[in-house]
Amino acid sequence: MANKTRARTTTIPHGLTRDQLLEMYRLVRLTRSLEERLELLFKQSKVIGGLFRSLGQEGESVASAYALRRRTDGTGDMLSPLIRNLGSMLTIGAKPVEVVKQYMAKGDSLARGKELNIHITDYDRGFVGQISPLGDLIPVMAGVALTFKQRGEDRVAMVYIGDGATSTGAFHEGVNFAAVQKLPLVVIVENNRWAYSTPSKFMTAARSFVDKAPGYGMAGEQVDGNDMLAVYGASKRAVERARSGGGATLIEVMTYRRKGHAQHDAQTYVDPAEIEHWASTNDPIDRYVKALLDNGWATAQELTGIGEQIDRELDEAVAEAEKSPLPPPEEALTDVYADGPVNAPWTRHEPADPTRA
Amino acid sequence: MATVIEKPEHVRLTEQGKPVTLLEAIREGMWEEMERDERVFVMGEDIGAYGGAFKMTDGFLDHFGGMRVIDTPISETGFTGAAAGAAHMGMRPIVEMQFMDFVSTAYDIITNYIATSRYRGSGGVPMVIRGPTGGGVRGGPFHSQNPEMAFFHTPGLKIVYPSTAHDAKGLIKAAIRDDDPVLFFEHKWLYRRPQLREVLPQDDYIVPLGKARTHREGTDLTIVTYAAMVHKSAEAAEILQKEDGLSVEVIDLRTLLPLDEEAIIQSVKKTNRLLIVHEDTRTGGIAGEIAMRVNEKAWEWLDAPVLRVAAADAPVPYSPPLEDYFLPQVEDVVKAARHLAAY
Ligand SMILES: Cc1ncc(C[n+]2csc(CCOP(=O)(O)OP(=O)(O)O)c2C)c(N)n1
Repeated sequence: MANKTRARTTTIPHGLTRDQLLEMYRLVRLTRSLEERLELLFKQSKVIGGLFRSLGQEGESVASAYALRRRTDGTGDMLSPLIRNLGSMLTIGAKPVEVVKQYMAKGDSLARGKELNIHITDYDRGFVGQISPLGDLIPVMAGVALTFKQRGEDRVAMVYIGDGATSTGAFHEGVNFAAVQKLPLVVIVENNRWAYSTPSKFMTAARSFVDKAPGYGMAGEQVDGNDMLAVYGASKRAVERARSGGGATLIEVMTYRRKGHAQHDAQTYVDPAEIEHWASTNDPIDRYVKALLDNGWATAQELTGIGEQIDRELDEAVAEAEKSPLPPPEEALTDVYADGPVNAPWTRHEPADPTRA
Repeated sequence: MATVIEKPEHVRLTEQGKPVTLLEAIREGMWEEMERDERVFVMGEDIGAYGGAFKMTDGFLDHFGGMRVIDTPISETGFTGAAAGAAHMGMRPIVEMQFMDFVSTAYDIITNYIATSRYRGSGGVPMVIRGPTGGGVRGGPFHSQNPEMAFFHTPGLKIVYPSTAHDAKGLIKAAIRDDDPVLFFEHKWLYRRPQLREVLPQDDYIVPLGKARTHREGTDLTIVTYAAMVHKSAEAAEILQKEDGLSVEVIDLRTLLPLDEEAIIQSVKKTNRLLIVHEDTRTGGIAGEIAMRVNEKAWEWLDAPVLRVAAADAPVPYSPPLEDYFLPQVEDVVKAARHLAAY
């Protein structure tokens, strides 16, 4: 614990600064704490619908998104997450209060109660909401990258996909297009060993997912997904390649899903010892903290302080989200088209008096 | 070879004279068909050891083994197409969509390839594509859809959408035995409703495809509906009986394609008033087709214009007040029926 007395500090890799290391710590800690709050709210029946956790994968989400150029004015890089990329969303600029409101189906959430999960969009801050049909956002983000190229902007698009979802036709078509067009796209394949209940070996007969990259004619790299600095390094290389016209990259992050597919899934198909092994020896936050302290990049007090500040921030976020109202029912009919709401069913607005005849 | 495990308790309910839910009824129907006919097998995501997202095929893998209960990669076009190939070779595949919303991913192979196969001279494609559908569970835009009409317009397909446990079992068995491709929709809001528990006949029965059923007899007004809306319409009919003294007939279509036009026309000739209720969105919904057929065949018997209650023309929203507003409710049916009866 007594890191203050450490005389020597090791050089930080990948050109990162100490402040950036601490910011990454804050983001990964925030991700886990926010998901813990959401789980609590779920148990209190305050979350509407399902809840997905990314326990054990928070590190790769944060570290990959951290390699992007983050802006709030619509000029930065862009990403599209998956169900387990709350960390990426917080890193690119989503706010905890927005996430809580979203899960509570509130009227002033980013999707205004129309859509769930972290399927949220803010083009200015650089995030494109995913949809549930898996793989569909791969071609969409290839299109985002296409426009960066068409306009000569040095911006990069990043898109996440699970090991399971790499089996969809949309994944193949999108990645192939990006490779052919040499688009500034970074595809993060999260190999967390499971797709719902199905192990990766039933998803692909390939030795690894990164082996698919040369098949498409694109760059590929495999990285230890629970080593945040390694993920950052790989992502940074891919982002730089994309930004300098080198085309698309597929990064396979090796990680592990420590919770069930969603809150309802008790994970009976997994050996508990396997989960325990990952929890005790390969937790991304534990490993990151160890690196920070061992190398003298941060002090224990600093990390504690960050944790306390996150707890306060989350208290406020939850309180604010709880106060905000559900949407008015009629909002169900807005935003279908640009030019005004669609018609309400006639039984909802015409008078009950049946004297029309 | 996997050792065959005993038939588990949860597929013996009917055998033991116990009531079953709609979900259990479908499970028993599939199980019995797989026992009866070696050519029947199931494919889909997480249907093996896990037993499916809704536990429909729970216990199947242990009993029938990995060659007949196949966990697939997440590739709807891939395994739906593969099922068609197996069907060409004489098998009878059942494909599970984890949620029917994702069937659109396989739209091309279903509409272009499978539906036209017999017509093109490549032979029939006896297969079933089944999965959970429908709203009311706060599932948002991608876990709540009723995609029946995307396929209704495709000749060569059959579409089944049951509302009771009895029918669900008889219809899934009929669908599996059918020589044509059948889309079998299962409303997830009905899956485990305790009210729908029924003691089913112990013999091997089927419910024929293409035949509607009178859910409730009546003389003043006909409601034609299917799936979850059968129950909302029946509830409305009760209210109308009590509060207005109206005798409402409720027809459950059970099969949408082919449509049992005869049953609709006959009921209209009896009651002279028709209300169509569906959970699918209004524009291009099946109500339009039914109204037109009644127009063609029973115009003279109508005492009032045909009316419909349907979901609004929007994607299925997530937040409870939005979804409730979007979906047809009992009060909508009551209001529409009153309007119609007053003509
Ligand atoms: C096209 C399509 N088919 C099926 C599903 C249902 N589904 C949602 S998540 C999931 C498993 C995803 O596994 P993976 O891609 O490995 O991501 P992970 O959950 O492991 O992060 C499935 C089958 C879906 N959303 N989309």
